Amino acid sequence: MATPLLSVRDLIVEFPTRRGTLRALDRVSFDIAEGEVLGMVGESGAGKSLTGAAIIGLLEPPGRIASGEIWLRGERIDNLPREKMRRIRGRRIGMVFQDPLTSLNPLYTVAEQLIETIRTHMDVSEKEARKRAVALLDRVGIPAAARRIDDYPHHFSGGMRQRVVIALALAAEPELVIADEPTTALDVSVQAQIIDVLKEICAERGASVLLITHDMGVIAETADRVAVLYAGRLAEIGPVRDVIQNAEHPYTAGLMGSIPTLTQTAERLTQIPGAMPRLNAIPQGCAFNPRCPKVFDRCYRDQPNLIARADGRQVSCWLYDAQVKEVSHG
Amino acid sequence: MADVLLSVEGLTRRFDVSKPWLNRVIEREERQFLTASESVSFEIKRGETFALVGESGSGKSTIAKMIVGLLEPSAGVIKFDGQEMDFASGAAMRTLRRRFQMIFQDPFASLNPRWRVDDIIAEPIRTFGLLRGAEISNEVGRLLDLVGLSAADGTKFPHEFSGGQRQRIAIARALSSKPEFIVCDEPTSALDVSVQAQILNLMRDLQDEFGLTYLLISHDLSVVRHMANRIGVLYLGRLVEVAESKRLFTDPQHPYTRMLLDAVPDLALSGRRRMPVTGEIPNPINPPSGCTFHPRCPKVMDICKTQNPRDFPTATGTAACHLLSQEAAVSGTD
Repeated sequence: MATPLLSVRDLIVEFPTRRGTLRALDRVSFDIAEGEVLGMVGESGAGKSLTGAAIIGLLEPPGRIASGEIWLRGERIDNLPREKMRRIRGRRIGMVFQDPLTSLNPLYTVAEQLIETIRTHMDVSEKEARKRAVALLDRVGIPAAARRIDDYPHHFSGGMRQRVVIALALAAEPELVIADEPTTALDVSVQAQIIDVLKEICAERGASVLLITHDMGVIAETADRVAVLYAGRLAEIGPVRDVIQNAEHPYTAGLMGSIPTLTQTAERLTQIPGAMPRLNAIPQGCAFNPRCPKVFDRCYRDQPNLIARADGRQVSCWLYDAQVKEVSHG
Repeated sequence: MADVLLSVEGLTRRFDVSKPWLNRVIEREERQFLTASESVSFEIKRGETFALVGESGSGKSTIAKMIVGLLEPSAGVIKFDGQEMDFASGAAMRTLRRRFQMIFQDPFASLNPRWRVDDIIAEPIRTFGLLRGAEISNEVGRLLDLVGLSAADGTKFPHEFSGGQRQRIAIARALSSKPEFIVCDEPTSALDVSVQAQILNLMRDLQDEFGLTYLLISHDLSVVRHMANRIGVLYLGRLVEVAESKRLFTDPQHPYTRMLLDAVPDLALSGRRRMPVTGEIPNPINPPSGCTFHPRCPKVMDICKTQNPRDFPTATGTAACHLLSQEAAVSGTD
């Protein structure tokens, strides 16, 4: 198999505090293939955004990568000096954040911001950069791009602003785009449009995408594979269709059952009792054990690792451990 | 049994968004008004859940605030249990207010951080003088129990609870004055899905137990589908379609409803064919002429640009669209 575009291995992110060290990400491992869209879902505090920030080298201190490796196309990037990382950021990895108002500078026109980004990373003239900027805005679906490029961010509506942010993220033709909740601040009708633009334009340019969101619907529409995070640990990872229609981890199954859909007729939603544990109170063994309907003694003792399953799926649950199966059959 | 608990007729609210007087004089500008809600009419029957859906800026929250009396309508009538709401009379409003309550979107903002939970829940009981002394703390304990918390939680402060638990506290407070009608303004949009399921289930259980009537405001069509008996779809302050829940999702009459349904991500991966969504909600200060949806409508006709459609009857409700008048005319000539 070819080397994946991005490879994250046993990533541990910790926050040292006065009352001990909090482990916000615990041995997270996944790959993103060339041109693939990997969705990452989880509830608030599961560590989704932290994973994105760790990859791009923007962890807020005192958060730090305690161990693990991040490889971008065969090159290790988690231990690069600040200056080298800065060149990768924006050039090889683009970012789309949730709130387009905070990721655009209100004091500069869209043209200035796009041209600056293009010229920082590519050796082109001002005129050429502007031409590219207009073409980009046009591509992301901003009407009358040549005229609107000289407007300030506040002149644009929320959806249009997010289009500008996507243009900005793609300005230097990155290999990987990390989109952190790109549509959460938008209305559904606008969300559908933004997802389409993001999907199309990344496919067109062969960029891979790490799509971070809490909305399983967005993942279903967009991603090839999905990784489910729970309390800083990967619960399950696999092709979108398999995970959504036939979840293996009890947490994923519970999560899917708790989402009301347009077609179901169930009177009650299945609910997962309780809430995700806080980082300072993660139980021993499997982090999901207090809420799991299928919990057994081993879950309280040992923390499960990702277990490889058929069709490239992985799940970290003792239910799928070969030894357990033998015991239960015997 | 199907008597009307709340009826709203021609409810209109305009906000003055003009610049200050001096600016208007110097810049020669007219006064500007934003019409957040334009002659909205609907009825809610006792014991049912009526939902209002729409995107941001469609006037959902404005209508909710007018119904609970937090905002005075510019025009129109709100009748609660046959009695017209009289915003001028404080005493009349107070007696009505006990009978309806509100649950807000953000449980971090709607609970006073300096009050203990039992005081928060007891406040409506004390304000309306429903109980006294030890009865109050018994009642608070019972309410906490009812929403899935324990009576011992009453001595804690709101910050000690998670988002879902706070929303439970907000529900307990809403129930404390024994209301018949609860307005829920985006009750779960600040919560994670697994917690959302808990709150939605709780709301249903309470409805069954106490025969509550809900007005549910939400932007999330799947939540609305799950909870509501009847649904009203708002666009730019106008009610474009009202229908029974099942019917709205299987057979939407208004093009906007159809577009909204098509925009919802397809979790079932059914691969259903969908129309791509186009355009955004226009500026409500200066809405398009005629039918306000016409610039985005795939089936726009000439009449839509000049004439605002009236409500036409549909199988289970109404829809404001000129297409329906044509259909009516065609079937009339047959």
